[in-house]
Amino acid sequence: MTLTTQARRSRSQFPAPRFTVKPSTVLGRGSLIVVWLVFMLPIYFLVVVSLKTPSQTASHPFSPPIEPRVRNYRDALNASSGTGSASFVQAFFNSVIITVVSVLILVIVGAMAGYYLGRTSSRFSTAVYLSFVAGIVVPLQLVIIPIYRVMDRLGLDGSRTGVIILYVGFLMPFSVFLFTSFVRALPVDFEEAAMLDGCGPVRAFVSVALPLLRPIVGTVAVLDAIAVWNDFFGQLVLLSGSGKETLPITVFSFAGQYTARYDLLGAGLVITIVPILILYLLLQRRVIEGFSSGVRG
Amino acid sequence: MAKHSSAASPDRPSTAVQASPADDQSAGLAARGTGGQSRGNRSQVRRGPPIAFLLPAVVAVVGVVVLPAVVSLVYSFTNYDGFNPTHWVGLDNFRTALTDPQTRSSIVNTLKLAVFVLILQNVFGLALALALEKKFFGRSVLKVCFFLPVIISSVVVGYLWQYIYTPDGVLNRFLRLVHLGSLARPWLGDPHAALWAIGVVIVWQLSGYAMVIYAAGLQNVQSELIEAAALDGANRWQRLRYVKLPALAPAITINIALSLITCLRLFDQVVALTNGGPGYSTDTVSTVIYKQAFIQGRYALSAALSVILGVIVFVVVGAQVTVSRRAEAR
Repeated sequence: MTLTTQARRSRSQFPAPRFTVKPSTVLGRGSLIVVWLVFMLPIYFLVVVSLKTPSQTASHPFSPPIEPRVRNYRDALNASSGTGSASFVQAFFNSVIITVVSVLILVIVGAMAGYYLGRTSSRFSTAVYLSFVAGIVVPLQLVIIPIYRVMDRLGLDGSRTGVIILYVGFLMPFSVFLFTSFVRALPVDFEEAAMLDGCGPVRAFVSVALPLLRPIVGTVAVLDAIAVWNDFFGQLVLLSGSGKETLPITVFSFAGQYTARYDLLGAGLVITIVPILILYLLLQRRVIEGFSSGVRG
Repeated sequence: MAKHSSAASPDRPSTAVQASPADDQSAGLAARGTGGQSRGNRSQVRRGPPIAFLLPAVVAVVGVVVLPAVVSLVYSFTNYDGFNPTHWVGLDNFRTALTDPQTRSSIVNTLKLAVFVLILQNVFGLALALALEKKFFGRSVLKVCFFLPVIISSVVVGYLWQYIYTPDGVLNRFLRLVHLGSLARPWLGDPHAALWAIGVVIVWQLSGYAMVIYAAGLQNVQSELIEAAALDGANRWQRLRYVKLPALAPAITINIALSLITCLRLFDQVVALTNGGPGYSTDTVSTVIYKQAFIQGRYALSAALSVILGVIVFVVVGAQVTVSRRAEAR
């Protein structure tokens, strides 16, 4: 450990202020900036097209709008209620409900299962764990048809509950996998101490392990939430035409109805992504760490 | 009540067992879970969590993943379409899947796309991660920006790029502007270009994801190894090849696996960009699965395709992970 810390300390002296700017650095940084600009162009174009009239876009596609046409947004919001599917606003609420409920269940149930699998070593638990891992790879397409038929028969077709059940089941292997990895890395000492003091295993879980699991709960919540929020296929199959559509479906219907009206569609797309963009910008580090640590495990 | 605080504070590991009157109260509390241990028995049969902890998750997965997968498998051997009486047809659906032009081209397209995206996404992701390795002013802003498309809904990404790709849209206009007008074409309307155009969109969307994983992997590379290599006179490329890349092997494995899992099931962006057209030239297995089941009502054929997809994903990812694990060990 000392060697690394020493190395780290000396490493931190590397980007010390330089008095000469190396041409290779300028070239490197410069090309990075160019790459960044090109990379961000689509987003720029999205905003631009959403603030112009179609004729303005046709004549001057690259330039920023002279008079931003905020009306497009109002028009898009109004138009979305007439597409035969839920409006953007309603779809937003549907997406929120589905995401929040699904993630809550996934976190609670997943943590419990992960705790069991992480703290029990038996052939049974290993077999179950491997089955969960295998379940991560299963594509949604493989299970969707029978689920659709069953939901239909149960009367859950077109209901938010049905979709929630789908996601809870489908994202469970991944969530349990993450929880198990983390629990295994957690030293048993604290729970053992608690149980020596007379705690039952349930209480050891609730009072001792859970607080220590907070970081992975955050990771699982973020990853699952993004997966549920952005999923299109599952929601398309189960919720189309139900009146309880979610954002991805509303975007799809809207685009279908207003083909080539990129001013309206652009506004609609921006409306759709603003909430998650705001969350992302607020929680950037959490989100990025969640993605990278979640898969490193 | 003193016992509660000791149970909840992890700062006092391995407390010596203290016989005190308070034990009676906590033993009573401990007795509630699954059958209390008598408080005299302190030799440690450490009871693990009750199996009840595992059950809800298992029920969920069995109900939503395992059973439907099995049912799909069964469907794929029948002629189930929801209307006519169902009977066994053996491998007919699979035969159709492999010979019918739409389904066959969808399998080929899916594989082409997967390879294309896999390579480009990882090359860009790694390049970006390397470029952003050392701290400099604005580094985290760049990182956040490159990762942004990952969290945008794929449907949105699809329609956004549909706009960019329109024949009179920004891409073609730009090409004409820089005298590369001969390259301008109806990107999504040209059967030869459309698939790759879609691939570019996916690369744009997902490079940030690869970048983040490589960045995390790079952080773990022991800095003294890099410095030692630098001191030994290794230049940038040599440092990359001999020190960083081997250390990144696990990250590469993960990235490839995730990329494959994602690309083999591409649906959202394809639907938004071309809906499989023109003709069948951009259909992927997922789009065909959807169309066959929910537009044409051929559930059995769709199920067969989904089984094929499942098998492809399993085999490819399984093989890749196994090979990588062995390579990592070397």
